[in-house]
Amino acid sequence: MSTRITFRVDGQDQTVTVDPDMPLLYALRDDLGMSNPHFGCGLAQCGACTVHLDGAPIRSCVTPTSAAEGRQVTTLAGLGTPEHPHPVQQAYIDEQVPQCGYCINGWIMTAAAFLRDNRNPSEDQIREALTGLKCRCGTHMAILRAVKRAAAIG
Amino acid sequence: MGIQLSRRGALRSAGVLIVSAGLPVSLDAVLAVREAAAQGVPVPPLPGQLDSYIAVHADGGVTAFFGKIDGGQGLDVAIAQIVAEELDLPAERVQVVMGDTARTVNQGGASNASGVSQGSIPLRNAAAEARLLLVEMAAGRLGVPVAALSVGDGAVFVAAEPARRLPFAELVGGRTFNAEVKWNGRYGNDLNVEGRARPKAIADYKVVGTAVPRRDIADKVFARHDYVTDIKVPGMLHARMLRAPVAGAQPVSVDEASVRDIPGARVVRKGGFLAVAAPREWDAIRAAQALKVEWSAAPAPFPDQAGLYDHIRAAPVTKRAVAMQQGDAPAAIAGAARVIAAEYEWPFHSHSSMGPGCAVADVRANGARIWTGSQKPHAVRDGVAKFLGLRPEAVHTVWVTGPGSYGRNDAGDTPFDAAFLSRELGAPVRVQYMRNEGHGWDTKSPASVQRVRAGLDAGGRVVGIQFESKSFSRTNIATSEADPRDSLASQLMGGGLNPQDTYLFPGDFVPTEPYAFPARLMAWETIPPLLDRASPLRTSHLRDPLGPELIFAAESFVDELAAATGADPVEFRLRHLREERDIAVLRAITEKAGWQPRPAGPSGMPGDVASGRGVSLARRDGTVVGLVAEVEVDRRSGNIRVKRMVVGQDCGLIINPDGLRRCVENALVYGTSRALREEVTFDRNNVTSVDWATYPILDITEAPEVVEVVLINRPDIRPTGAGEPAVRTAGAAIANAVFDATGVRLRRGPFTPERVKAAMAGA
Repeated sequence: MSTRITFRVDGQDQTVTVDPDMPLLYALRDDLGMSNPHFGCGLAQCGACTVHLDGAPIRSCVTPTSAAEGRQVTTLAGLGTPEHPHPVQQAYIDEQVPQCGYCINGWIMTAAAFLRDNRNPSEDQIREALTGLKCRCGTHMAILRAVKRAAAIG
Repeated sequence: MGIQLSRRGALRSAGVLIVSAGLPVSLDAVLAVREAAAQGVPVPPLPGQLDSYIAVHADGGVTAFFGKIDGGQGLDVAIAQIVAEELDLPAERVQVVMGDTARTVNQGGASNASGVSQGSIPLRNAAAEARLLLVEMAAGRLGVPVAALSVGDGAVFVAAEPARRLPFAELVGGRTFNAEVKWNGRYGNDLNVEGRARPKAIADYKVVGTAVPRRDIADKVFARHDYVTDIKVPGMLHARMLRAPVAGAQPVSVDEASVRDIPGARVVRKGGFLAVAAPREWDAIRAAQALKVEWSAAPAPFPDQAGLYDHIRAAPVTKRAVAMQQGDAPAAIAGAARVIAAEYEWPFHSHSSMGPGCAVADVRANGARIWTGSQKPHAVRDGVAKFLGLRPEAVHTVWVTGPGSYGRNDAGDTPFDAAFLSRELGAPVRVQYMRNEGHGWDTKSPASVQRVRAGLDAGGRVVGIQFESKSFSRTNIATSEADPRDSLASQLMGGGLNPQDTYLFPGDFVPTEPYAFPARLMAWETIPPLLDRASPLRTSHLRDPLGPELIFAAESFVDELAAATGADPVEFRLRHLREERDIAVLRAITEKAGWQPRPAGPSGMPGDVASGRGVSLARRDGTVVGLVAEVEVDRRSGNIRVKRMVVGQDCGLIINPDGLRRCVENALVYGTSRALREEVTFDRNNVTSVDWATYPILDITEAPEVVEVVLINRPDIRPTGAGEPAVRTAGAAIANAVFDATGVRLRRGPFTPERVKAAMAGA
């Protein structure tokens, strides 16, 4: 019942032969060897597994791999690089945001998509855009500073 | 700020390193000797050797070997600063290796916010000794007396002729010091070493006290930081555990045929320990879902949750101790003009780390290697060795960043599962729990009831106070993994138990400690666990152990005393404070917050939203923390909105003000989550808060609108714990602010909208 599924990940064509119902998270982590995104809940409740599918943030822990067929997956590793950081990545560094950092995919990938579609958001709009994402270390205030900073520099 | 990747992150970007396939996680290639040793059964470093703590490399850079870990609070940076200070190097020239049992001495791992307060001391002393030896070597080579030499920029030079210099690299680079330091014979937090050298005077510090950026952040931001969940070992199997639907039930029969069609799926069972493994992770998950298991009919182990606090009140006391007695408080209260009494209740809380527990084990005939995110890797080594019947030296434990580190969480159970499964299956095994285990089967902080009474004289002064906690043990499960009997795996297999019956108010942490009340009795009582083994409600340490519940009670009660006497809550506290440091923190936060004196209580203004402010003050092992919270309470919904928090902390000498500021802010937001949202739920059979929907934490839409951090630097006082104290300030300050807004006193956590609404309806 394994199926060949082809999609682009961070700009490179990839083919995996997997159970099409297997969540994309495991295709990325186990078949493509990416150490990221992370398994947090498997229930789309926390965001640690967030990637972009054709630019939209999705929870890869509940998205079947088959849903990625022919589409573009962007992970945190593909969002930006040290040489060309995404504004949210740069702001995260400037604000020294993460404590453990395990939650980081959810916040950065969600914020990046939100800021692309919303210039000059208010703080309330930023909070609403990020609602539901989890951080257990308590870095909420630093996350808000970083996303506001990214909005200003983006 | 420039982007600084770690060496590891940079290598990954160059495509040199894909994953750490069986390699030691550290990449410090200069340490070739240690690396080579680490390929076989490595020899742990000796505590009495300088080389166990400090190495100077061929390029003149320095590595410090630190037997604790950084949970993401920048502790490694603070250690680098402290070591760099003694060696007169810039902090970036000092690398820090942490938590690898083959490369670091057992300093107890992360424990009680002791990273700087205790953990840095042997590193500081070792660095000072290294400096002295470097100077003595240079004196011999240059033919000048030691007193004529100075140290700077990685070299020893003649003070009067700076051109006559010998770089560290030339003196000892790439070689060992081969020198002894005097070890105090202790392992863990108390480990210390001293040499002949005297560390620098604090007045001469240049690197300590400056804001040095973290080293892990760019790697994390660009997805180049490996967590323990990312460790991949060739030939590794993935395993998942199966948990009883009723806590305490045992698997009676297991139908292995039910997973026969899943490629490579294997079932491992011993007593109540039941796991499945498969070469592919998704197959292991599928197998865990598909495996047909018949469980024994176990008696329902738990009381109705609605009766939890009555259960605690009525339960037999297994141990009672008086943590502090001063004068005769009961007599003073009995003779007082007025007696104020209140009880405060606090639920079980879950660690619920962002990722459930995970470990990788590779157990071979001649030894074992364990990758763990546990914050006490040396304890994992000792515990797994006992569990497998190996010598501790035969177990090499490598700490890798875990998904959060807040005490003895589920990360502490997984090494035992993985090690047992690796031995049984003859292959390396990666165990990762599922979300329901991260919430439902981690150890919990103990639920408790605090009973507080005080007597007031006719003038409204406190004549005596009595504070009693009744609770489950805080260490039904030990705070370290050194004894395998504390692991879920061992308990499920029927191994003996190792419960400790304690609720000790630790060190300089007695509720209402800062106040000069003339007579005091501070006591605790523990009660039996609800289920004695492998319980989803077994209790252990969680971030700031006992802080949230005890300070919620103590500082709410002090507020109640202020209200009973018609006093402003800050003035009432100042009237009873005696230590300058407590007073300074309270003054600093109230000044910053613009606190205007008046008795607490509602303004009488009409409207659906009521505003209030509250204060709390506490100590923790030498650190002083205080908080002013400003809230709005929606009378219709009962929702509390935190408008502003001004938190102050004095933890002695500040090593890194930027790092400290974030530590305090994060601890406060986390403490706010505990107070406003968190509560483990359970029914008669099992824990029912098993994910983020059933165990809500503070959402970003609920985070305070503003947090302001006030740091008080005390260069004359040794640094004390920084990472945990602010957690404890949130509960009371918020509850006191709700009282100020509404006149309603909250005496049970968490302060959910339903509970606040009910409290207002009952008022």
